[in-house]
Amino acid sequence: MSPDNQNTIAYTTTYKFHGGIHPEEHKTLSNQTPIIDLPAPPIVVLPLNQHSGAQSLPCVAVGDSVVTGQKIAEAKGNRSAHVHASASGTVVAIENRVIAHPSGQSDLCIVIETQDNNKQHFLPPINNPFTTSKQSLLDRIFESGIVGLGGAAFPSHIKLMPDVDRLIINAAECEPYITCDDRLMQDEAPQLIQAFELLRHIVSAKECIIGIEDNKPEAIAQLTSAIETSGLTTINICIVPTKYPSGGEKQLIELITGQQVPKGQLTTSLGLVMHNVATAFAIFEAVTLGKPLIDRVTTVTGLGCERRGNYRIRLGTPLQWILEQLGVPAEQKFTTIMGGPMMGFKVPNTAASVVKSTNCLIVAEPDELNEPSTALPCIRCGECADVCPANLLPQQLYWFARSDEFEKAENYNLFDCIECGACAYVCPSEIPLVHYYRYAKNEIVLRAKEKQQAAKARERFEFREFRLKREKAERAEKHRKAAEARKKAAEAKGQTNEKKATIAEAVARAKARKQKKQDDQSS
Amino acid sequence: MMLSSSPYKKSSHSVSQLMQLVIFATIPGAIALFYFFGWGVWFNLIVCCSVAYASEWLIVKLRNRDPKKVLSDYSALLTAVLLALALPPLAPWWVATIGTLFAIVFAKHLYGGLGYNPFNPAMTGYVLLLISFPMAMTTWLPPQSIAAQAPDFISSLQLFFSGSDSQGNTLNYYTLNADGFTMATPLDEIKTSFSMGYVFDEIKNKPIFGDWQNVGWQWVNLAFLAGGLFLIVKKAISWHIPVSFLAAIYITSFLAHGYDPQLNPAPMIHLLSGATMLGAFFIATDPVSATTTNKGRIIFGAAIGFIVVMIRNYGGYPDAIAFAVLIMNMAAPLIDHYTQPKVYGSQELK
Repeated sequence: MSPDNQNTIAYTTTYKFHGGIHPEEHKTLSNQTPIIDLPAPPIVVLPLNQHSGAQSLPCVAVGDSVVTGQKIAEAKGNRSAHVHASASGTVVAIENRVIAHPSGQSDLCIVIETQDNNKQHFLPPINNPFTTSKQSLLDRIFESGIVGLGGAAFPSHIKLMPDVDRLIINAAECEPYITCDDRLMQDEAPQLIQAFELLRHIVSAKECIIGIEDNKPEAIAQLTSAIETSGLTTINICIVPTKYPSGGEKQLIELITGQQVPKGQLTTSLGLVMHNVATAFAIFEAVTLGKPLIDRVTTVTGLGCERRGNYRIRLGTPLQWILEQLGVPAEQKFTTIMGGPMMGFKVPNTAASVVKSTNCLIVAEPDELNEPSTALPCIRCGECADVCPANLLPQQLYWFARSDEFEKAENYNLFDCIECGACAYVCPSEIPLVHYYRYAKNEIVLRAKEKQQAAKARERFEFREFRLKREKAERAEKHRKAAEARKKAAEAKGQTNEKKATIAEAVARAKARKQKKQDDQSS
Repeated sequence: MMLSSSPYKKSSHSVSQLMQLVIFATIPGAIALFYFFGWGVWFNLIVCCSVAYASEWLIVKLRNRDPKKVLSDYSALLTAVLLALALPPLAPWWVATIGTLFAIVFAKHLYGGLGYNPFNPAMTGYVLLLISFPMAMTTWLPPQSIAAQAPDFISSLQLFFSGSDSQGNTLNYYTLNADGFTMATPLDEIKTSFSMGYVFDEIKNKPIFGDWQNVGWQWVNLAFLAGGLFLIVKKAISWHIPVSFLAAIYITSFLAHGYDPQLNPAPMIHLLSGATMLGAFFIATDPVSATTTNKGRIIFGAAIGFIVVMIRNYGGYPDAIAFAVLIMNMAAPLIDHYTQPKVYGSQELK
């Protein structure tokens, strides 16, 4: 590879984004060895809500036997995704099980007891994707249950619908510890280049830019050489400086294009769409192999786990089983974080399982991570504002969230917060700032909903009042009309009464006569 | 359940480390004060710090909080240090005591403690003292190099605690210079001389101004400047407030001096006398009572600098850092409100 070629394929950006931090990376803990396949666990627990939209609906019943890749739950509504059996076996339960959630809550899951066989049910491969219609490709992606694997879990077929000028591949992987995309790029570079080209084709983009942090030289080298070998001129690599959160969608766009996504608009307003490395790979497999989303590469790292690395893990694999397989002593109490240390969450119960968005598991030794300590008061030092990538005033948002002044928080652009945690990272008072923002956002959404419901209720009430009034008026009208009619009738009766009276008189006379006759006869 | 929320990584510095760093950075200034004005600065430091600790412990107890936790943030100690460094070195012990008590109990804790005080506590204490005890608060010893007689350690101790030493000399005795004239600080000297009808060229020849700016005071200010630069390098404070503050002092005094050189002191006198550098790097930068946006900090610092020169040149007090800071403390929320940064993506909105 000549240096000239490398320059034309990979270049370093000249743009920056506001704020950002440089936490310790801890990437070498897990990115030194190739990806390893983990076998199917004895049971898989597949939650029906692994995506951003509505919970999908089971289409198998308890007792059914299923094979790997078989659809077991259907998407419901337009932002939902199918769920597929990640292993062959028997459905033993469709019930609430503990899911990976900070509160340790339960949710509806399909539980499969796996059988060791090689049966699988994949869709037919699409052999010539570049001449296949966009709709068929989107249908395939939808059928394969693919969602964004970077963490947001937004259904991919929706994100790929609009045509754009440029496709950006998010390979920044800016969170400490996580290396699953790094490793995927090192191990599968040629395949990935094909995958990126396929995505570019789907959205009819003129070019594809891979945004990657400069702390992944090996992945950059592999991708560069793969692009060179492929002869594609549509794909370039944009190297961005290592700074958290460069992998935030908006931040990476600013780093690559120098432009900001206008507030309240989608990336498509800049003619861009962004997809994550692992998502592109999953789509590629779904199209060319017919393989639905049944597994993913997850980084298992942290000082508490000795066999750190990246593993291809079946969705629904219980965390406890993974830890056992990797030799984490069950009796020892480690903190398990799902996701990165900046945006992930502590898993209260390792019975929970790996889902589509699980990019990392950190098994942390007691002193490895910062446990919540008692926060000191905010001293308004403003360090949070200096590091905020959204250019917000976190300290003001904190005051407003704390005192439930939600309207003010909204005026200070609370909803532009991407919850990256940079503010809380630098806070000298160790205030859990992001927690306050999540709380405020929740409350605002909830109150808006309540308000909407109240408005609806009021509307209903007002309509009822209106209806009652109308009915009353109608009744009154009816009565009035009836009275009028009676009156009229009565007036008309004036004549008939005379007739009746005559008849009655006649009857009376006849009766009298009859009586008289009888009296006469009896006497 | 214990609150657990991402991020699970934190940078290493904490509030108490920040406070300790700022306290540490005052050391050069304190040494310069000691060198030129004798033992009094240590007495003030000791009294202020002890009173600050004791009064904070008491008020926190009364507020039903954990004193150990509150005291461990070092913010009370910092307030005490800043007040002590601003006091005249041999002001009586009860001056330091009352000032610190007021700063900690009233200016800080009655507003809710650290983070909630709208006014800079040290300066609130200072202004209370200045208004209540103007004599004690303006009686500075002359720099020892030009003093007729400087009190030694024992005399200083006696003056500090009883008002006169064993020879029966009061503080006034020690404020005489070699020529037998009472001396004040350079800023005092300027103020009184102007009121007596002198012009700046005549005032400049007085011994207190020496060959290069002000005797003693310029070194004290340079020492605080060094400590302040250290804080900026260490990222304990941002450059915005000190730079805009000093620039505003320079520009305002330059214009005033240019307008009438005989009635307005030269810019360098302003920059290197009184509490200019202490104010610029240690007082105005108190994050709690200052503005928090970077644009706001520039406005905040510049306004303080402007007010300082205005009061020094045209007001009734020789120095004005405390007043200027307190006035701008009141304006901080307003400035914050109007200097919100443009949130990501809002630039494109037309």
